[in-house]
Amino acid sequence: MFVHNPFAALPASIPPVAKQTYVVVMFLLVVGGTLFDLAHKGSASYFFKHRRAASFGARRRVSTGEATALAVETIVVSVLAAGEFCSMLRRLTHILTMYGFVLYVVSTAIMVFAYPTAAAPGPAIVAELWYLGALLVCVGGYWFWFLQRVDVAAEGQSRFRLVRADLFIVSLLASTTFALLWAGFQGADDHTWANVFFGLYLLASTVLFASVPWSKFAHMFYKPAAAFQRRIEHANGFRGNLPAPADRPVTFGSARRQPQNY
Amino acid sequence: MPTFVYMASCDGCGYCVDICPSDIMHIDTTYRRAYNIEPNMCWECYSCVKACPQQAIDCRGYADFAPLGHSVRVLREEEKATVSWRIKFRDGREKNFVSPIRTTPWGSIKGPAEYAPPSAAAMSSQELAHEPEALKVDVLPTLARSRLKKGLV
Repeated sequence: MFVHNPFAALPASIPPVAKQTYVVVMFLLVVGGTLFDLAHKGSASYFFKHRRAASFGARRRVSTGEATALAVETIVVSVLAAGEFCSMLRRLTHILTMYGFVLYVVSTAIMVFAYPTAAAPGPAIVAELWYLGALLVCVGGYWFWFLQRVDVAAEGQSRFRLVRADLFIVSLLASTTFALLWAGFQGADDHTWANVFFGLYLLASTVLFASVPWSKFAHMFYKPAAAFQRRIEHANGFRGNLPAPADRPVTFGSARRQPQNY
Repeated sequence: MPTFVYMASCDGCGYCVDICPSDIMHIDTTYRRAYNIEPNMCWECYSCVKACPQQAIDCRGYADFAPLGHSVRVLREEEKATVSWRIKFRDGREKNFVSPIRTTPWGSIKGPAEYAPPSAAAMSSQELAHEPEALKVDVLPTLARSRLKKGLV
Protein backbone atom coordinates (compact mmCIF):
# COMPACT_ATOMS: atom_id res chain seq x y z
CA MET A 1 0.00 0.00 0.00
CA PHE A 2 2.73 2.44 0.96
CA VAL A 3 4.88 1.92 -2.10
CA HIS A 4 3.03 3.70 -4.90
CA ASN A 5 3.73 7.22 -6.14
CA PRO A 6 0.59 9.20 -5.20
CA PHE A 7 1.44 12.10 -7.51
CA ALA A 8 1.67 9.80 -10.53
CA ALA A 9 -1.68 8.25 -9.63
CA LEU A 10 -3.49 11.60 -9.72
CA PRO A 11 -6.23 11.92 -12.36
CA ALA A 12 -5.04 12.72 -15.88
CA SER A 13 -7.02 15.96 -15.67
CA ILE A 14 -4.16 17.33 -13.55
CA PRO A 15 -1.26 17.58 -15.99
CA PRO A 16 2.34 17.22 -14.77
CA VAL A 17 3.03 20.88 -15.47
CA ALA A 18 0.28 21.89 -13.03
CA LYS A 19 1.85 19.81 -10.24
CA GLN A 20 5.30 21.20 -11.03
CA THR A 21 4.02 24.77 -11.13
CA TYR A 22 2.45 24.31 -7.71
CA VAL A 23 5.77 23.10 -6.24
CA VAL A 24 7.67 26.01 -7.84
CA VAL A 25 5.12 28.50 -6.49
CA MET A 26 5.47 27.01 -2.99
CA PHE A 27 9.27 27.24 -3.26
CA LEU A 28 9.03 30.90 -4.31
CA LEU A 29 6.63 31.59 -1.43
CA VAL A 30 9.17 30.19 1.03
CA VAL A 31 12.02 32.25 -0.46
CA GLY A 32 9.88 35.41 -0.61
CA GLY A 33 8.42 34.85 2.84
CA THR A 34 11.85 34.36 4.39
CA LEU A 35 13.23 37.52 2.76
CA PHE A 36 10.17 39.48 3.86
CA ASP A 37 10.54 38.06 7.37
CA LEU A 38 14.21 39.12 7.45
CA ALA A 39 13.38 42.67 6.40
CA HIS A 40 10.19 43.07 8.43
CA LYS A 41 11.46 41.80 11.76
CA GLY A 42 14.93 43.26 11.30
CA SER A 43 16.46 39.98 12.38
CA ALA A 44 19.27 40.26 9.83
CA SER A 45 20.22 43.78 10.95
CA TYR A 46 20.08 42.62 14.60
CA PHE A 47 22.28 39.65 13.75
CA PHE A 48 24.95 41.74 12.02
CA LYS A 49 24.82 44.44 14.71
CA HIS A 50 25.37 41.78 17.34
CA ARG A 51 28.13 40.25 15.25
CA ARG A 52 29.94 43.60 15.10
CA ALA A 53 29.63 43.99 18.88
CA ALA A 54 30.95 40.46 19.33
CA SER A 55 33.96 41.08 17.11
CA PHE A 56 34.63 44.34 19.00
CA GLY A 57 34.61 42.45 22.32
CA ALA A 58 36.71 39.55 21.02
CA ARG A 59 39.79 38.61 23.04
CA ARG A 60 41.50 36.69 20.32
CA ARG A 61 41.25 36.29 16.58
CA VAL A 62 39.65 33.14 15.20
CA SER A 63 41.64 31.86 12.24
CA THR A 64 40.01 30.77 8.98
CA GLY A 65 40.86 27.14 9.68
CA GLU A 66 39.34 27.35 13.14
CA ALA A 67 36.22 29.04 11.74
CA THR A 68 35.92 26.26 9.16
CA ALA A 69 36.19 23.63 11.88
CA LEU A 70 33.51 25.48 13.87
CA ALA A 71 31.28 25.60 10.80
CA VAL A 72 31.64 21.83 10.37
CA GLU A 73 30.98 21.32 14.08
CA THR A 74 27.87 23.52 13.83
CA ILE A 75 26.54 21.50 10.90
CA VAL A 76 27.24 18.14 12.51
CA VAL A 77 26.31 18.89 16.13
CA SER A 78 23.83 21.77 16.07
CA VAL A 79 22.06 21.11 12.77
CA LEU A 80 22.26 17.38 11.96
CA ALA A 81 22.07 16.22 15.59
CA ALA A 82 19.95 19.12 16.95
CA GLY A 83 22.56 19.55 19.69
CA GLU A 84 21.29 22.92 20.89
CA PHE A 85 18.36 21.43 22.78
CA CYS A 86 18.90 20.93 26.48
CA SER A 87 16.20 18.25 26.73
CA MET A 88 16.97 14.88 25.14
CA LEU A 89 13.29 14.17 24.43
CA ARG A 90 12.82 17.50 22.67
CA ARG A 91 15.97 16.79 20.72
CA LEU A 92 14.58 13.43 19.69
CA THR A 93 11.23 14.82 18.52
CA HIS A 94 13.02 17.61 16.67
CA ILE A 95 15.28 15.11 14.90
CA LEU A 96 12.30 12.95 13.91
CA THR A 97 10.39 15.94 12.57
CA MET A 98 13.41 17.49 10.85
CA TYR A 99 14.57 14.39 9.00
CA GLY A 100 10.97 13.47 8.22
CA PHE A 101 10.35 16.90 6.72
CA VAL A 102 13.52 16.75 4.61
CA LEU A 103 12.60 13.28 3.28
CA TYR A 104 9.01 14.39 2.67
CA VAL A 105 9.95 17.54 0.73
CA VAL A 106 12.82 16.08 -1.27
CA SER A 107 10.91 12.94 -2.28
CA THR A 108 7.89 15.10 -3.21
CA ALA A 109 10.09 17.19 -5.50
CA ILE A 110 11.63 14.06 -7.08
CA MET A 111 8.25 12.43 -7.68
CA VAL A 112 6.62 15.59 -9.04
CA PHE A 113 9.47 16.57 -11.36
CA ALA A 114 10.93 13.21 -12.37
CA TYR A 115 8.03 10.77 -12.17
CA PRO A 116 4.77 12.75 -12.49
CA THR A 117 2.83 10.34 -14.73
CA ALA A 118 1.24 6.96 -14.16
CA ALA A 119 3.15 5.62 -17.17
CA ALA A 120 6.47 6.08 -15.31
CA PRO A 121 5.76 6.16 -11.56
CA GLY A 122 9.45 5.78 -10.73
CA PRO A 123 11.26 3.49 -8.32
CA ALA A 124 9.40 2.32 -5.24
CA ILE A 125 12.17 3.58 -2.94
CA VAL A 126 11.32 7.24 -3.70
CA ALA A 127 7.67 6.72 -2.79
CA GLU A 128 8.66 4.74 0.30
CA LEU A 129 10.89 7.60 1.45
CA TRP A 130 7.95 9.96 1.00
CA TYR A 131 5.74 7.79 3.22
CA LEU A 132 8.56 7.34 5.71
CA GLY A 133 9.16 11.10 5.84
CA ALA A 134 5.49 11.88 6.40
CA LEU A 135 5.31 9.21 9.09
CA LEU A 136 8.40 10.54 10.90
CA VAL A 137 6.93 14.05 10.86
CA CYS A 138 3.70 12.69 12.34
CA VAL A 139 5.48 10.75 15.10
CA GLY A 140 7.82 13.61 16.09
CA GLY A 141 5.27 16.35 15.51
CA TYR A 142 2.35 14.86 17.43
CA TRP A 143 4.69 13.80 20.23
CA PHE A 144 5.96 17.36 20.49
CA TRP A 145 2.60 19.03 20.07
CA PHE A 146 0.64 16.97 22.58
CA LEU A 147 3.29 16.25 25.21
CA GLN A 148 6.31 18.50 24.93
CA ARG A 149 5.00 21.92 23.93
CA VAL A 150 6.18 24.23 26.65
CA ASP A 151 2.73 25.86 26.86
CA VAL A 152 1.41 22.44 27.89
CA ALA A 153 4.41 21.09 29.83
CA ALA A 154 5.38 24.22 31.78
CA GLU A 155 2.38 26.53 31.56
CA GLY A 156 -0.32 23.94 32.13
CA GLN A 157 -2.34 25.02 29.08
CA SER A 158 -4.74 22.69 27.32
CA ARG A 159 -3.16 20.32 24.80
CA PHE A 160 -5.70 21.54 22.24
CA ARG A 161 -5.11 25.27 22.65
CA LEU A 162 -4.06 26.85 19.36
CA VAL A 163 -1.94 30.00 19.21
CA ARG A 164 0.04 31.65 16.43
CA ALA A 165 3.20 29.82 17.48
CA ASP A 166 1.43 26.60 16.46
CA LEU A 167 0.92 27.71 12.86
CA PHE A 168 4.06 25.99 11.56
CA ILE A 169 3.78 22.71 13.43
CA VAL A 170 0.02 22.37 12.94
CA SER A 171 0.14 23.12 9.21
CA LEU A 172 3.08 20.73 8.82
CA LEU A 173 1.26 17.99 10.73
CA ALA A 174 -1.93 18.64 8.76
CA SER A 175 0.00 18.44 5.49
CA THR A 176 1.69 15.12 6.31
CA THR A 177 -1.40 13.59 7.93
CA PHE A 178 -3.67 14.49 5.02
CA ALA A 179 -0.97 13.35 2.60
CA LEU A 180 -0.88 9.91 4.22
CA LEU A 181 -4.68 9.69 4.29
CA TRP A 182 -4.92 10.81 0.66
CA ALA A 183 -2.34 8.27 -0.46
CA GLY A 184 -3.94 5.57 1.69
CA PHE A 185 -7.42 6.06 0.21
CA GLN A 186 -5.91 6.37 -3.25
CA GLY A 187 -4.17 3.01 -2.77
CA ALA A 188 -7.47 1.51 -1.60
CA ASP A 189 -9.22 2.85 -4.74
CA ASP A 190 -11.63 4.97 -2.68
CA HIS A 191 -11.58 7.99 -4.96
CA THR A 192 -14.13 10.06 -3.06
CA TRP A 193 -12.17 10.15 0.17
CA ALA A 194 -8.91 10.35 -1.76
CA ASN A 195 -10.17 13.55 -3.44
CA VAL A 196 -11.35 14.99 -0.11
CA PHE A 197 -7.99 14.39 1.54
CA PHE A 198 -6.10 15.56 -1.54
CA GLY A 199 -7.95 18.89 -1.26
CA LEU A 200 -7.15 19.12 2.44
CA TYR A 201 -3.52 18.18 1.72
CA LEU A 202 -3.25 20.98 -0.82
CA LEU A 203 -4.85 23.45 1.59
CA ALA A 204 -2.56 22.48 4.50
CA SER A 205 0.55 22.53 2.30
CA THR A 206 -0.36 25.95 0.91
CA VAL A 207 -0.83 27.30 4.44
CA LEU A 208 2.49 25.74 5.48
CA PHE A 209 4.52 27.33 2.68
CA ALA A 210 2.59 30.59 2.30
CA SER A 211 2.57 31.48 5.99
CA VAL A 212 6.34 31.85 6.38
CA PRO A 213 6.20 35.52 7.49
CA TRP A 214 3.78 34.63 10.30
CA SER A 215 5.03 31.22 11.31
CA LYS A 216 8.26 29.69 12.61
CA PHE A 217 9.06 28.08 9.27
CA ALA A 218 12.13 30.29 8.68
CA HIS A 219 13.81 29.12 11.90
CA MET A 220 15.46 26.37 9.86
CA PHE A 221 17.42 29.06 8.01
CA TYR A 222 18.19 31.37 10.97
CA LYS A 223 19.12 28.85 13.64
CA PRO A 224 22.24 27.43 11.95
CA ALA A 225 23.60 30.97 11.48
CA ALA A 226 22.91 31.84 15.13
CA ALA A 227 24.51 28.56 16.30
CA PHE A 228 27.63 29.21 14.21
CA GLN A 229 27.90 32.76 15.54
CA ARG A 230 27.61 31.46 19.12
CA ARG A 231 30.48 29.05 18.53
CA ILE A 232 32.60 31.83 17.03
CA GLU A 233 31.89 33.99 20.11
CA HIS A 234 32.95 31.18 22.41
CA ALA A 235 36.12 30.69 20.41
CA ASN A 236 37.09 34.38 20.29
CA GLY A 237 36.46 34.85 24.01
CA PHE A 238 33.50 37.24 23.77
CA ARG A 239 30.99 34.59 24.90
CA GLY A 240 28.16 37.13 24.89
CA ASN A 241 29.82 38.72 27.93
CA LEU A 242 29.29 35.50 29.86
CA PRO A 243 31.92 34.57 32.44
CA ALA A 244 34.38 31.85 31.58
CA PRO A 245 33.62 28.41 33.03
CA ALA A 246 34.85 27.99 36.60
CA ASP A 247 38.31 26.44 36.45
CA ARG A 248 39.29 25.87 40.07
CA PRO A 249 36.24 24.87 42.06
CA VAL A 250 38.46 23.01 44.56
CA THR A 251 39.36 26.32 46.16
CA PHE A 252 35.84 26.67 47.54
CA GLY A 253 34.83 25.77 51.06
CA SER A 254 36.32 26.71 54.38
CA ALA A 255 39.57 25.38 55.78
CA ARG A 256 37.64 23.31 58.28
CA ARG A 257 35.44 21.51 55.78
CA GLN A 258 36.49 20.91 52.19
CA PRO A 259 33.73 20.29 49.63
CA GLN A 260 33.27 16.67 48.65
CA ASN A 261 31.42 17.14 45.41
CA TYR A 262 34.19 17.36 42.80
CA MET B 1 15.96 46.35 36.28
CA PRO B 2 13.83 43.38 35.26
CA THR B 3 14.90 40.35 33.28
CA PHE B 4 14.73 40.12 29.53
CA VAL B 5 15.23 37.25 27.07
CA TYR B 6 17.53 36.97 24.07
CA MET B 7 15.06 35.46 21.64
CA ALA B 8 17.76 34.05 19.36
CA SER B 9 19.17 31.95 22.21
CA CYS B 10 15.96 30.84 23.96
CA ASP B 11 14.77 27.38 22.92
CA GLY B 12 11.52 27.56 24.86
CA CYS B 13 12.34 24.82 27.36
CA GLY B 14 10.25 26.40 30.14
CA TYR B 15 12.81 26.14 32.98
CA CYS B 16 12.39 29.85 33.74
CA VAL B 17 8.62 29.46 33.80
CA ASP B 18 8.95 26.70 36.37
CA ILE B 19 11.42 28.48 38.62
CA CYS B 20 10.19 32.09 38.65
CA PRO B 21 8.99 32.80 42.20
CA SER B 22 6.82 35.66 40.95
CA ASP B 23 5.31 33.55 38.16
CA ILE B 24 6.01 36.28 35.65
CA MET B 25 8.16 34.33 33.19
CA HIS B 26 5.75 33.00 30.60
CA ILE B 27 5.75 31.63 27.07
CA ASP B 28 4.95 34.01 24.30
CA THR B 29 2.11 32.87 22.01
CA THR B 30 3.70 34.15 18.80
CA TYR B 31 7.15 32.59 18.88
CA ARG B 32 6.91 30.14 21.81
CA ARG B 33 9.83 31.76 23.57
CA ALA B 34 10.04 32.91 27.18
CA TYR B 35 9.35 36.50 28.14
CA ASN B 36 8.75 38.54 31.24
CA ILE B 37 5.04 39.38 31.28
CA GLU B 38 5.22 41.87 34.16
CA PRO B 39 8.62 43.58 34.34
CA ASN B 40 7.58 45.90 37.18
CA MET B 41 6.86 42.86 39.36
CA CYS B 42 10.32 41.34 38.81
CA TRP B 43 12.50 41.60 41.88
CA GLU B 44 15.65 40.54 40.03
CA CYS B 45 16.22 37.39 42.05
CA TYR B 46 18.22 35.96 39.13
CA SER B 47 16.54 32.55 39.53
CA CYS B 48 15.61 32.39 35.84
CA VAL B 49 18.95 33.85 34.76
CA LYS B 50 20.79 31.06 36.57
CA ALA B 51 18.33 28.32 35.62
CA CYS B 52 18.36 29.01 31.89
CA PRO B 53 20.42 26.25 30.24
CA GLN B 54 21.00 28.42 27.16
CA GLN B 55 22.06 31.54 29.09
CA ALA B 56 19.33 33.32 27.15
CA ILE B 57 18.05 35.46 30.04
CA ASP B 58 19.76 38.61 31.15
CA CYS B 59 19.17 41.15 33.87
CA ARG B 60 20.81 44.52 34.36
CA GLY B 61 22.40 44.96 37.75
CA TYR B 62 21.43 47.65 40.21
CA ALA B 63 22.94 51.09 39.59
CA ASP B 64 24.46 51.11 43.09
CA PHE B 65 27.07 48.56 42.11
CA ALA B 66 27.33 49.06 38.37
CA PRO B 67 26.41 52.29 36.58
CA LEU B 68 24.29 52.16 33.43
CA GLY B 69 25.92 50.75 30.35
CA HIS B 70 27.32 47.73 32.11
CA SER B 71 26.71 44.04 31.61
CA VAL B 72 26.19 41.52 34.41
CA ARG B 73 26.07 37.96 33.25
CA VAL B 74 25.81 34.74 35.15
CA LEU B 75 26.91 31.21 34.34
CA ARG B 76 25.60 28.37 36.46
CA GLU B 77 27.51 25.10 36.17
CA GLU B 78 25.56 22.37 37.84
CA GLU B 79 28.25 19.70 37.49
CA LYS B 80 30.81 21.92 39.21
CA ALA B 81 28.25 23.34 41.65
CA THR B 82 29.39 26.87 40.84
CA VAL B 83 27.88 30.16 39.79
CA SER B 84 30.23 32.53 37.96
CA TRP B 85 29.57 36.25 37.56
CA ARG B 86 31.11 38.63 35.09
CA ILE B 87 30.50 42.35 35.49
CA LYS B 88 31.67 44.41 32.57
CA PHE B 89 31.61 48.15 33.18
CA ARG B 90 30.99 50.63 30.43
CA ASP B 91 34.61 51.82 30.56
CA GLY B 92 35.76 48.29 29.76
CA ARG B 93 36.82 47.20 33.24
CA GLU B 94 35.75 43.76 34.33
CA LYS B 95 35.16 41.98 37.59
CA ASN B 96 34.83 38.21 37.70
CA PHE B 97 33.55 36.17 40.60
CA VAL B 98 32.98 32.47 41.16
CA SER B 99 30.83 31.18 44.00
CA PRO B 100 30.00 27.67 45.15
CA ILE B 101 26.32 26.78 45.01
CA ARG B 102 26.53 23.96 47.53
CA THR B 103 28.95 21.53 49.13
CA THR B 104 27.12 18.29 48.43
CA PRO B 105 26.66 16.50 45.10
CA TRP B 106 23.52 17.14 43.03
CA GLY B 107 20.80 14.65 43.84
CA SER B 108 22.43 13.59 47.10
CA ILE B 109 19.89 15.37 49.30
CA LYS B 110 16.83 13.22 49.84
CA GLY B 111 13.41 14.79 49.53
CA PRO B 112 11.01 14.67 52.50
CA ALA B 113 8.99 11.87 50.90
CA GLU B 114 12.07 9.64 50.71
CA TYR B 115 12.41 9.48 54.50
CA ALA B 116 10.47 7.06 56.66
CA PRO B 117 7.53 8.73 58.39
CA PRO B 118 8.31 9.74 61.98
CA SER B 119 7.11 7.56 64.83
CA ALA B 120 4.64 8.77 67.45
CA ALA B 121 7.51 9.11 69.93
CA ALA B 122 9.46 11.26 67.49
CA MET B 123 6.46 13.54 67.11
CA SER B 124 6.58 14.36 70.81
CA SER B 125 10.35 14.90 70.82
CA GLN B 126 11.81 18.38 70.92
CA GLU B 127 14.18 17.44 68.10
CA LEU B 128 13.27 18.59 64.62
CA ALA B 129 12.86 16.14 61.74
CA HIS B 130 15.97 14.06 61.05
CA GLU B 131 17.88 15.51 63.97
CA PRO B 132 20.49 14.72 65.06
CA GLU B 133 21.72 12.61 62.08
CA ALA B 134 21.01 15.37 59.55
CA LEU B 135 23.36 17.62 61.52
CA LYS B 136 26.02 14.90 61.37
CA VAL B 137 26.30 14.64 65.17
CA ASP B 138 25.45 11.75 67.45
CA VAL B 139 23.57 13.77 70.02
CA LEU B 140 22.36 17.34 69.99
CA PRO B 141 24.49 19.48 72.28
CA THR B 142 22.70 20.33 75.51
CA LEU B 143 23.59 22.40 78.51
CA ALA B 144 24.44 20.35 81.60
CA ARG B 145 23.14 21.61 84.91
CA SER B 146 26.70 21.74 86.17
CA ARG B 147 27.60 24.33 83.53
CA LEU B 148 24.84 26.75 84.45
CA LYS B 149 25.42 29.55 86.89
CA LYS B 150 24.34 28.84 90.39
CA GLY B 151 20.97 30.19 91.33
CA LEU B 152 19.45 29.78 87.84
CA VAL B 153 18.01 26.36 88.51
